[in-house]
Formats: sequence, C-alpha cells, structure tokens
Amino acid sequence: MLTFKLAIRNLVGAGLRTWLNVFVLSLSYVVIIYMNGMLDGWNRQAKTDMIHWDTGQGQLWQKNYDPIDPFTLQNSFGPIPGELNNLVKEGQIAPVLITMASFYPEGRIQSILLKGISENQKVIDLPTASMIGDSTEIPGLVGKRMAQSNRIKVGDLITLRWRDRNGTFDAADVRVAAIFDTNVPTVDGGQIWIPLARLQKMLQAPGEATLLIRGKSEWPSFNSDGWVSKDLKTLTADIDQIIKSKSMSSAVMYLILLMLAMLAIFDTQVLSIFRRQREIGTQIALGMTRWQVVKLFTVEGAMHGVLAAILAAIYGIPFLASQARFGIPMPKATDSMGLAVAERIFPVYSIGLIIITIVFVLITATIVSYLPARRISKMNPTEAIKGRIQ
Amino acid sequence: MESNNTVIEIRNLVKTFPMGNREFTALNGINLTFTGGEFSGLVGPSGSGKTTLLNIIGTLDSPTEGEALVMGQSVGNLSQKKAAHLRNLKIGFIFQTFNLLPVYSAMENVEFPLLLQKMNAERRKKAVMEALEWVGLADKARSRPAQMSGGECQRVAIARAIVKKPEIVLADEPTANLDAANSHHILQTMVKLNKELGTTFLFATHDEKVIGYLRRIIKLFDGKVATDEIVTIN
Repeated sequence: MLTFKLAIRNLVGAGLRTWLNVFVLSLSYVVIIYMNGMLDGWNRQAKTDMIHWDTGQGQLWQKNYDPIDPFTLQNSFGPIPGELNNLVKEGQIAPVLITMASFYPEGRIQSILLKGISENQKVIDLPTASMIGDSTEIPGLVGKRMAQSNRIKVGDLITLRWRDRNGTFDAADVRVAAIFDTNVPTVDGGQIWIPLARLQKMLQAPGEATLLIRGKSEWPSFNSDGWVSKDLKTLTADIDQIIKSKSMSSAVMYLILLMLAMLAIFDTQVLSIFRRQREIGTQIALGMTRWQVVKLFTVEGAMHGVLAAILAAIYGIPFLASQARFGIPMPKATDSMGLAVAERIFPVYSIGLIIITIVFVLITATIVSYLPARRISKMNPTEAIKGRIQ
Repeated sequence: MESNNTVIEIRNLVKTFPMGNREFTALNGINLTFTGGEFSGLVGPSGSGKTTLLNIIGTLDSPTEGEALVMGQSVGNLSQKKAAHLRNLKIGFIFQTFNLLPVYSAMENVEFPLLLQKMNAERRKKAVMEALEWVGLADKARSRPAQMSGGECQRVAIARAIVKKPEIVLADEPTANLDAANSHHILQTMVKLNKELGTTFLFATHDEKVIGYLRRIIKLFDGKVATDEIVTIN
C-alpha cells in the first residue's frame, strides 16, 4: 500500500515528465491495436469479398477443370445435373461456363477468359441482372480494373474471338452493359462475363457448365458423375495461406512495436535512475530498504502502463472507432500485391487483440522498470546520496 | 566516557576502501563514545574520515574492522532490513546538499519518514506541522524545494530529520551551501531542538561557524582521532 501511495505521489509530483512518458506509452497501445486491427480487417475483408464475389459457399467443378491450366478449359464443361435445374432457375445455384477467348483493345490482341453466368443468379455479388434484356447483341460485364487497363466504357462494342467445343474459331461483338467495381481480382482482371445461355450457344455446349456456385443452402442430392465438390475451405485455401503468411508478418510487426514500447520505457526508466540517484540514496538513508526502492520503481513503471492504457482509451477509442466505421482509404496500386484490396479497409479490433496488447504492454512496462530498479538496489547509498554516477 | 546513556560506541574502528590495486585507509583505530543529548562535531580537513565515520554511524556503510554500536546495535552485523529500520526510527540525516525529494512539497518531504513508519494520517499530519513550525516553515508547507531558498530547504531537511523524534541526528556539512545568516539561523534551530528534545547531534564539518556552536569537538586527522575536547560554554 505504501509503495502504491509513494508511486502515485512520485508520478503526480513529476507532473509533465510523467504525462510525457504516459503519452508516449499510450501511443504504443493505440498504434499496436490500430496496426493489427487494420491487418486483421484487411485479411477478413479480403476473404469475405472473395466469398461474396467469387467462391460462394461452395462449388462443383467439372472433373477436368483446372483453374491453373487454361488449356484444360476446352474440355472442362459438362451437362448441369438435372436435379439442380430448379435451384439454377431460382438463382440459388449459379452455373458458370468458362473458355479461352481473345479480344482486340485498341488494335492489340489480348487473351482473356470468357465466362458465362446465369443472369438471374443470386449467389454472388456480380451484377448479372444488368445483362438481362431482349437485345440481339451479346451484353457483357467487365470489371473496373479490366475496363481501366483497356479503356473500355459502358456501351462499347468488344470484338471477341473464341473456339467452340469442336475447335472452330468464331467471332462476335459484345456490348458492354455494365462495369462493376470489385475488390476481388479473380473476377475482374483479364475476363469478360456474358450471359450463360449465349456462351453455351457460342461454344455449342447447351445446358453445360464448367462449375456451379452455391449460396448458403447445401447441395441437394444429385448424380455427381463428372463433378467434383469443392468446399469453402478448399476454395479459400490460397487466401487463407496468404492471410496466414500475413499473420506472421503481423506478428513480426506486433513484436517490433512492442519492442519499441519496451525501449521507450526502458530508456525512460534508466534515465530516471541516473537522474534520481540522489533521491534514491536519500530514500535509503531515510529508512527505505533496497527492496522497497525496487518495488517503488517497478510499481511506478507499471503505473505508467496503467495510466497510458487509460489515456489511450480516452483518445484511442474515438479514433479507432472512427477508423472502424469510416475505414482507411487504400491506394489502388495495392491490388498489384496479389491480394484483394478494398478501396477502404475497415479495421477489426477483437477483444482478444485489445486485452493481449494491454497485458503485453503492462507486463513489458513492469519488467523493463524492474530491471533498472534492481540495479538501483545494488548502488552504494553513500555514493548515491552524493549523486555520483556509478 | 561511557555512561548508561550511551547512544553511540565506537571501538577500534577501521575502514578501508579499495583504490586500484591498493587499499586506502579512511579510518584507523577510532575509539569514541557519544551519550544522549550531545552536540558534537567531527572536525578536520577533507579526507580526514569525517563523512566515512558519519556514514558508518548512520548504518549506510559498515566497518572493515572493529565495531560501531548505535543504540546498542552493532552496525557491521545488521541486516539491510534492520539497518533500514534503525535509520527510519532512530537516526535523522541532514546533508550538505539538503537532499530533499524534488517532486514532493515541504510537507511531503517531512512526512516521508513517517510514511515509512506507517504512522496513521492524523498523527502524521500533526507531527509534520509541528516539525515545520519548529523550523519556522509552516507557511511553506506546500512549497516545493525548487520554490524555496537554500536556507529554507535546509530547514525542511532539519524538520524531516527531527519529525520522527530520533535519538541521533547526523549532519554532514549542513551549512556548506548556505550564507552566514542562514547558517547561524539553522544552527540556532538545531541548538534549540537539541535542548528541547534532547536529541544527540553529531556533525561532520570544517566550517568555523558550526564549530562555534559545538560543545564537543573531535578533531580527525588521517583517519585517526587527533583531539577530543569538551567545550565549556560560558
């Protein structure tokens, strides 16, 4: 109790010096939570967007389909199982047909993936409804990044060339019906979406698809010959791996920030010892034991941590909450990193992250206060009273 | 010079310090006894061993050889905890550079030894105000050391030393940083406290102003007692 009383008295008495230390330490709390919240939010958002825009809750792949090998696409479609037709009509399952094609932006030839998808699907966020219409022209959807890189605008005609299932080349124009904005590069870059029925006709593959995407409802029982089920875990394995590797880098960042906080308080405490040497000698002369001095300095350090947590809460909660609400704008160039990046990242601060950070910084502050304080206990009090640096 | 009222007894005290490969003898065979209520001083040039002897009596240091008994307890055999306890209850210190705790007010500085004694708040406050009144600084109770003059700081240090009503007050060059007027004021305060409270005062000094107030002067030279004389006050 006495130690706490003296520690509080010392902290209050030190005035601005205390608040400066506390402010610096509080920055550690806020920055650590902010950085980790941002990385966590980024990771979660990337995966959620991928599910919403690309994978759905699960897929059926035609047995030959290999997304890594585009040359398999020509043989990677098969008849949609009849048991699933009702769900396809209701939009609960989205069949997708994929083939290789070329198009000619500004006189260049460019290979793309031509994807057909049912216009009435409700499984992924792709705005397929904008392709519904009676026009004889083929309506197409293009992602924003694909449109920007090829200077495509809504209403443009895009000439496509493809090979049907018999290997015969054919060509047609696609009228761009809409340009969609997504954070998921796997549905945007190097691909054009058109209505499923049109592509089935173009490939001479009526009633066939490369893959089927389901929403929240499970697959009904059906004859799965020729189809391979891919669950969500398999479909998001790559992004999970990226997130995992990013989690490692997050942990490294976490440790670096923690080390900086440690250094700051260690530095403060060591300086404090040399500056307060005479004070310490006097305290011993007045009847404090060496252990009491060690305790006093350790408690002072821990109290810095507690005060910093309170201060961090005062200015950090509004700041972090506003960041979580309004998001952090991200430069578009971040897409090139290979991970889906939203225009705004919304940080996620888990209770676990906050508690672990507070506990870590508090323990750290206490340990790095104890170490120099232990050194004090070894000082010769007769020299300390004179303020001679030892 | 022994009596039943002995507060400090020093027998064949030797203190050496390592100095490179050799040893420096700061005190060499000191024999002294102090009784309660003395107003004595260790006098001598720098390096004569005054402060070293004061530190040993104050249990901040221990003898290399011989024995120093303070309130009947052998300094060399005291554990750190017991030494701290003895300092806290029985010994008051006054330093040349005041050594006030800079972030505390005068009142908090004086209160510090009583906090260590875990005295209750009411008694503590009363004792602190009484001590500050003794030294004439009741009106400066809330001032910090930086807001006070050197003389005032030393008076706060005296109040801190006597607030616990110790048996012994050890004063190491208490007037070295003060002007003549302040020095006399401080010394008169200490004489008054010595008379009123019966506290034993032991100084380490070479200041003539201090020497003028002493009733026993022990001259040290090269770590030995050169003379030990009682001063008759007319």
